[in-house]
Amino acid sequence: MSVDRSPRLHLGVFFTGVGPNLLWTEPGAADHTHFDTFVDVARTLERGLFDAFFLGEGLRVRENRGRVHDLDVAGRPDAITQLAALAAETTHIGLVATQNTTYNFPADLARRLASLDRVSNGRAGWNVVTTDNAWTGENFRHGGWLPHERRYERAAAFVAAAKALWRGDAVDEHTDVIDVRARGTVAGTRPVIFQAGDSPGGRDLAARHADVVFSANTDYDKAVEYAADLRRRLAGYGRSPDAVRILPGASVVLGDTPAEAEEKARWIRREQTTGPRAIAFLEQYWGKDLSGYDPDGPLPDVEPAEGELDPSRGTIPIELRTGKLERVRQWREQAAANGWTIRDLVIEVTPNHTAFVGTPGRIADEWARYVRDRAVDGFNLLPQQLPGTAEDVVDRLVPELQSRGVYRTEYEGATLREHLDLR
Amino acid sequence: MSAPPLHLAVELDGVPFADLPAAVAAAEAAGFALVTLADSPLPPASGERIEAGVRAAYLARRTSRIGLAPALPVTTTEPFHLATQLASLDHASGGRAAWVVAAPNGADELATIGRTPLDAAGLRREAEDVIRVARLLWDSWEDDAIIRDVASGRFLDADRVHHVNFEGVTFSVSGPLITTRPPQGQVVVIVPHALGLDAFADVVLVEDPSEAVEEGPLVFAEVRSYPAGPAGLGHLSGAVHGVRLHPRSLEEFAALAAEFGPGRPVAGPTLRDTLGLPRPVNAFQEA
Repeated sequence: MSVDRSPRLHLGVFFTGVGPNLLWTEPGAADHTHFDTFVDVARTLERGLFDAFFLGEGLRVRENRGRVHDLDVAGRPDAITQLAALAAETTHIGLVATQNTTYNFPADLARRLASLDRVSNGRAGWNVVTTDNAWTGENFRHGGWLPHERRYERAAAFVAAAKALWRGDAVDEHTDVIDVRARGTVAGTRPVIFQAGDSPGGRDLAARHADVVFSANTDYDKAVEYAADLRRRLAGYGRSPDAVRILPGASVVLGDTPAEAEEKARWIRREQTTGPRAIAFLEQYWGKDLSGYDPDGPLPDVEPAEGELDPSRGTIPIELRTGKLERVRQWREQAAANGWTIRDLVIEVTPNHTAFVGTPGRIADEWARYVRDRAVDGFNLLPQQLPGTAEDVVDRLVPELQSRGVYRTEYEGATLREHLDLR
Repeated sequence: MSAPPLHLAVELDGVPFADLPAAVAAAEAAGFALVTLADSPLPPASGERIEAGVRAAYLARRTSRIGLAPALPVTTTEPFHLATQLASLDHASGGRAAWVVAAPNGADELATIGRTPLDAAGLRREAEDVIRVARLLWDSWEDDAIIRDVASGRFLDADRVHHVNFEGVTFSVSGPLITTRPPQGQVVVIVPHALGLDAFADVVLVEDPSEAVEEGPLVFAEVRSYPAGPAGLGHLSGAVHGVRLHPRSLEEFAALAAEFGPGRPVAGPTLRDTLGLPRPVNAFQEA
């Protein structure tokens, strides 16, 4: 299908604020929980003409076998509060809050998002996520109430209600997935809706309601396939194929030479998978104390406990929640065949957002091809080093993208919707 | 010995957002200790109402000394989110966050989250539970919980981050908070006397300065008319610790700020410092 916009790359940074991606052990690493760090990152991205700055949502501090998980960055702020404060520290960049539809109330959340949009003069976005995690739900009024297979039903009703309130319509809806009677208090706002789920339910929600999708598909062929699938679904809801921007999550590692970049990427991956983290990862599957094992030695010789995965390490994709013992059996075979240590294995099997590794020129060439072919509209980058990642991309990659004509040289609009060239 | 000068607070909910930063800056310059922002989940009769926590967060970066006290409702929000939002406001403002405890209980307000009104005892208990759990959550990270111990690979000390395991009447919360302890330790909790929860307050708001308030919290008198300028507040000096003004317009507020403000130093840097409230010991460290 033809699209008449000129190819233009859109960039965001996803500051999750927790988890193993962020390196904290280096001298000079930022204080990841301090407000000033958020200001520094947001302003750097604004200097680089980024479309958006994303914050993750915290619902419960991650644990390992009943204790607070102590190895990763944690202690992040409330996303909307932080972004409202950042609205006063920035002038152009979009401010996007990840917020779930399971443990929020539609009128309350819609109102806070509309409020963020107002104080930022139209720069608010909402990254819609769902959860069914009952362990997470223990912090909320109705923990664990929503069955897994109905989470997108709730999300669709929730987003539809939010949009109605933003338009200024009254909402009066009482079903077994939503119960709300409200009117908006801030009329006429339109926060940009982002959607991340890659399941059929997630893709369908995106096709119905989203302005932007974070797909997980950074591989070129998969990205093309995903874009075609999404555009088919959009047509099914009577929306234009150009109604949605596709911004897969990715990480970037730059070097002056390809070899230097590869070496740095390997180093980052090993730093992200420290020995204690590798042991903690296996403990999640074994359900036992494995602290006596050497992460640089062979896999534990004890058998895992019966039962399924501990849900307390955050979101576990549904397909990974069962079949634990079979997975452990496969890992043992892989490790034996390749001579892997515990740490080697964990580096191989833990999810790693596709990294673009190379010289700025080479990555700019690759991204220009993606965007000219409409495989993606941009990327949502996961920083590994603060400071570091944002400065690298802004100072080294952005100029290469600009010289190829696929990235803006100044902000042309004022709102996030305008940055993304969305109607 | 003369009584210490009254702390000044001002309610500025009615000010349009476009004018709000300048109004709060004027209050700060005039030596007001804090600004409060009323709120409701329902739209106002005319115009719009931006959520008070979002307004306060924005103002946190437009001001440097004044306390910021959004009214957040105990009945129409998630207590966990409420505690997180206030802790985050305290971080973003460098320790200037306060919370006016709001307890809306009308049928329309409660219907926004699919609830029905509570009876008087139920409402009081709900407010008490939300204040209790917020205070526990603010203490759930000890001040020095983040250790960044490179040798052991531990970012935080799990012994200093606590579950709160709170069981209220209508909800329960496991904790800990997702956010580190607020710079003030505890956000300043401001409770209207009518709620009957003085014992849980740092500051109690009274309509009648002669009302008996439980020993402990600061008492602020609500002042809704201004018969004789600063002299008109003279009778309150010594009777209460502070006043909250309710100007009906920006013009009236400008006049009040000009009258009351001059020569009134705001101590800071935190709101607790300004109010002379100690930074509380962490409940989990006392135990």
